[in-house]
Amino acid sequence: MRKVKEFIIEKLIFLSGLASIFFVVLIFLFLMKEGLSVFKTISFPDFIGGNKWYPISEPAQLGIKPLILGSLLVTLGAAIISIPIGIGCAIYIAEVAPKKLKEFLKAGIELLAAIPSVVLGFVGMVTLVPFVKSIFHLPTGLTAISGSIMLAFMAMPTIVSIAEDALYSVPKIYKEGALALGATHWQTIYRVMLPASSSGILAAVMLGIGRVIGETMAVMMITGNAAVIPTSILQPVRTLTATIAAEMGEAVVGSEHYFALFAVGIVLFVISFAINVTADIFLHGERK
Amino acid sequence: MMKKTYRTQKIAFFFLLVATLLIVIPVGIIVVIIIQKGMPGINWEFLSDIPRKGMRAGGIFPAIIGTIYLVSGAIAFALPIGLLAAIYLSEYSKDNLLTRIIKLAIVNLAGVPSVVYGLFGLALFVVFFKFGASILSGSLTLGIMILPIIITASREALESVPYSFREVSLSLGASKWQTIRNIVLPNAISGILTGTILGLGRAAGETAPILFTVAAFYLPRLPQSIFDQAMALPYHLYVISTQVPNVDEKIRYGTALVLLAIVLFMNLIAIVIRYQLRKKKKW
Repeated sequence: MRKVKEFIIEKLIFLSGLASIFFVVLIFLFLMKEGLSVFKTISFPDFIGGNKWYPISEPAQLGIKPLILGSLLVTLGAAIISIPIGIGCAIYIAEVAPKKLKEFLKAGIELLAAIPSVVLGFVGMVTLVPFVKSIFHLPTGLTAISGSIMLAFMAMPTIVSIAEDALYSVPKIYKEGALALGATHWQTIYRVMLPASSSGILAAVMLGIGRVIGETMAVMMITGNAAVIPTSILQPVRTLTATIAAEMGEAVVGSEHYFALFAVGIVLFVISFAINVTADIFLHGERK
Repeated sequence: MMKKTYRTQKIAFFFLLVATLLIVIPVGIIVVIIIQKGMPGINWEFLSDIPRKGMRAGGIFPAIIGTIYLVSGAIAFALPIGLLAAIYLSEYSKDNLLTRIIKLAIVNLAGVPSVVYGLFGLALFVVFFKFGASILSGSLTLGIMILPIIITASREALESVPYSFREVSLSLGASKWQTIRNIVLPNAISGILTGTILGLGRAAGETAPILFTVAAFYLPRLPQSIFDQAMALPYHLYVISTQVPNVDEKIRYGTALVLLAIVLFMNLIAIVIRYQLRKKKKW
């Protein structure tokens, strides 16, 4: 009797172990199931490269190039802000900060990671957006740069915590060797610690960027949502994620618009999949 | 020469400090602003009343209840599966290709954009299983989303139980499952709890996955069953700050404060448990 019970439990454990694979495949299949239908009416190059996104005009124009460029612009801005600050902060926490301050700073970073994106979006709307509007003398503060600044704050916790782990996992003897040779602390960090942890730091940057590309609510609330090809960072843009979130509510199930939004979802899924697999290879390679 | 290298170090450390402050100070400001401007709006009526006058007055009670339902549903789904998956990875899996693929799948599940979870929930639960926009659909979607958090935290907790504990139990004649249930799990419980609470916090704060699977724009009554739509705090904050014009600032900030307080409170509990655990660890 006990044997039977344990047999069942162990099978359950095994099946649950496979659950993650099952769900990733399930997500991909259901995105494909709904999203691929759009290519009955529009070719793949027209979908990716089309300049116009007018999903509810007759006939619908479903080019997602403005959305891709919008996502890229916001992400690029966020990366430029968050990478130097994030890595700098990681070095400070891992190497420079005294022990008590270190714990405090880590808690602060965790706090930032925990703030829901809709709350950050709200704060951005009421503080950052009017600020951007007034310093650049713009008709609206809902611009790509507002989105970039806010998203940089969502990327930073990821970058800081993974880069800090990478620095922490550099063998102690590397550091001791450099210091014993007469290098200053900074020279040791710059010439020994950073190169030794470079693959982990690269993974940190990639995962931070992955977080930015996938971010939805904050970006929808503060980038203005204009589906046009962006020419400046001081202009409203619309990202891939915001398009899905803003339009799916109105799209009729089974319509071309509905299928097109799922196809946008496939694009996002593929991007995040590529980023996560690459980052994992960097992290995994380093552990060896 | 010596002086110059030390000056370089001083300058470099100064910039590192500046980078750190550029993160920490805005976080502090964000939290302080929300508390300062949100507190005046918070009173018993705000927490216990339904929204009135097109959400420009009254309270946020249905949104709080909706979020509690959703989070409970998500955890009820994700905790058993996540815990068993963690047991598999820490106690049963061998160092082979399958394990590698499972770990990669967990990483990917954690990286899927939240709005894509929303699409997935819509396609699978709302449309394919015909659950409609309901608490059930929303909970399941959120549950899958927090699964990687629970698996990762539980696995770390299980793996941190020393191997000798297992050996002693096995050598006394206990079976593998008895060892896991009576020895490994009790010693890993705080770590598992921490992960569960962090998952709860994440589920409570997410908006995009519930947009098309459950969230109701305005629903002045409480949901009656798991097949009902419900309001939820994060979506409500989104609605009153972008979709409804002329909502009093007090209500917006008040809602943001309640949501932030719930999420941060859960994180605080998780941090405290982790701290206690580290202090009393015997091995």
